[in-house]
Amino acid sequence: MSQTNKNLQEPLLEVSNLIQHFRVSRSFTVKAVNGVSFNIYPGETYGLVGESGSGKTTIGRSVIRLYQPTSGSVRFQGREIAGKLDGETREVLRKDMQMIFQDPMASLNPRKKVEDIIGEGLMIHGLAKDRKERQQLVGDMLKKVGLSPEHAARYPHQFSGGQRQRVGIARALIMNPKLIIADECISALDVSIQAQVVNLMKDIQEETHCAYLFIAHDLSMVKYISDRIGVLHLGYMVEAGTKEEIFSNPVHPYTKSLLSAIPHPNPEVERHRTAVAYDYASSGIDYAAGTKHSVGGSHVVLGTDEEIRTWTA
Amino acid sequence: MSENKTILNIRDLDISFKTNAGTVHAIRGVNLDLQKGETVAIVGESGSGKSVTMKAAMGLLDANATVNRGEILYTYTDEKGQETTVDLLKLPKKQLRQHYNGQRIAMVFQDPMTSLDPTMTIGKQIMEGMFLHKNMSKEAAKARALELLQLVGITDAEKRFKNYPHQLSGGMRQRVVIAIALSADPDILICDEPTTALDVTIQARILELIMDIQENMKLSVIYITHDLGVVAKVADYVNVMYAGKIVEVGNVNEIFFEPKHPYTWGLLSAMPDLETEDDRLYSIPGSPPNLLHEPKGDAFAARNQFALAIDEKAEPPLFQVSPTHWAATWLLHPDAPKVEIPPELQARLERARKEAEKYL
Repeated sequence: MSQTNKNLQEPLLEVSNLIQHFRVSRSFTVKAVNGVSFNIYPGETYGLVGESGSGKTTIGRSVIRLYQPTSGSVRFQGREIAGKLDGETREVLRKDMQMIFQDPMASLNPRKKVEDIIGEGLMIHGLAKDRKERQQLVGDMLKKVGLSPEHAARYPHQFSGGQRQRVGIARALIMNPKLIIADECISALDVSIQAQVVNLMKDIQEETHCAYLFIAHDLSMVKYISDRIGVLHLGYMVEAGTKEEIFSNPVHPYTKSLLSAIPHPNPEVERHRTAVAYDYASSGIDYAAGTKHSVGGSHVVLGTDEEIRTWTA
Repeated sequence: MSENKTILNIRDLDISFKTNAGTVHAIRGVNLDLQKGETVAIVGESGSGKSVTMKAAMGLLDANATVNRGEILYTYTDEKGQETTVDLLKLPKKQLRQHYNGQRIAMVFQDPMTSLDPTMTIGKQIMEGMFLHKNMSKEAAKARALELLQLVGITDAEKRFKNYPHQLSGGMRQRVVIAIALSADPDILICDEPTTALDVTIQARILELIMDIQENMKLSVIYITHDLGVVAKVADYVNVMYAGKIVEVGNVNEIFFEPKHPYTWGLLSAMPDLETEDDRLYSIPGSPPNLLHEPKGDAFAARNQFALAIDEKAEPPLFQVSPTHWAATWLLHPDAPKVEIPPELQARLERARKEAEKYL
């Protein structure tokens, strides 16, 4: 799907050379994201994977402007959104880009009813004329995510974990966004509930043609839902490509180690499998020295010429 | 691996909780065996009662819990070298705390940030158990603590000894928690979702670490988890739990290659493996029953597409499939209609078996 889209359509989101640093003190700066670039096309799902501390969540938050990017450019629907936002751009950004958070309990206001949580954006952006229309829209949205309109009068604590995440998804969807950033949105859920939520996200994408930036560390789920994948480590995107390219032909040693760590639901295979260890400090690889090399198709690997030669040999 | 000596034996455990809304019957007759040196996994959704079962063995049940019946028999060799069996549920709390918890049965909790004391150095926290249970001198305890830190794979143990938990990464913290659990040389290690808070690369390393230690120290380990990938890696025997009951028991190959209970089918189908190409993931419809209102008949019937009429009326007993494999579903009754495993899962099991053959 993404391949055909790419030739026909402008990217929905263009992130180029995004840098996000956090100054902790005069002498210490956390370099969370160091020059990451990727594009997302309308209607596709882009997966960001990496271990904790690799900067995947930071990228999501910088893109939706919860952080002020240190440098680099982020273009959303052709508008630059990395710098200072004018009123109109802000309006577009806040309406057309939405986020689903990891912890469904922490991201819902415990003192508000579901109707107010989901409908807040509608009132702010004037998408509902009055309470009655809002009630109607919220009710429809609840049905869409598999809850019932009566749930609108409840508080978040009255729901189970999976239901709460559905409320979080409903809140994101009601603005009819073009891009949804899903930050580890299924990690806190049980296996069987994860499947329900992922199916729901796929159905919604088919219906509304929205794009997802899917941030996760569960690689089998990322492979299942994404069209293209970017692998992050220590704030660098070490490898990117379609999911087939990444999973059938990983080039970067970090990607290889990440793929080797995926647990297989097969006891005989598991017993004979050992994860490939990867230690950046002792590997002798310097991410900052690497440049992007194409290794066929849209498959890109970060490294110096020499490194790429040894990895692909 | 096992010496066929049962070390922990849970018989007909039945626990309920009194809440404002009424009595929740959380554990409804659980049986479980743990042999020396073996690894047993308890799998189930949240709320299925897997944690409560193990908390009962540790005497960590909340104040509103009542044990209606059942026993947890623990067999060990005491200080005089005599084999003793005690019922952990009958022991006075004080005795349980002083002689069993931590010393003979240790537990690793899910979240390493909340299970460590933020105001104490990790070295002190590791030594605490040794002072309490082993009456060790300070020097001996420190030497042993450094040894344990090295055992769990922490480099420059000497330096880390003086660190506080917030100075360590998530994976490191979980290693420290494991070191603490091992500090008094326990017989049984209970791991409650030990890797859920960690990411995949670190998860694999922690699991391999626990397996290594288990081999060296002849530990028996109980894993509580909902991640079937973890189960496949570590377990010898698997107990699938649903609504306070064990619905399927078997060795790990039986559960993964020849599951019999529709709930186990659901759990296996819901997890995408890397070859999954279907457009939709299978998900078990509905949600687990609320045990405030005890279900009549089979608790899983409402979510089971293969439910029979009898499921509404009577609870299925455990039917034996093989010497080590039991499942509680009426589908195994000789009079039951023949039901085929869903074709997608069937294909997947075939694939898994074929993959496994390479190693046999």
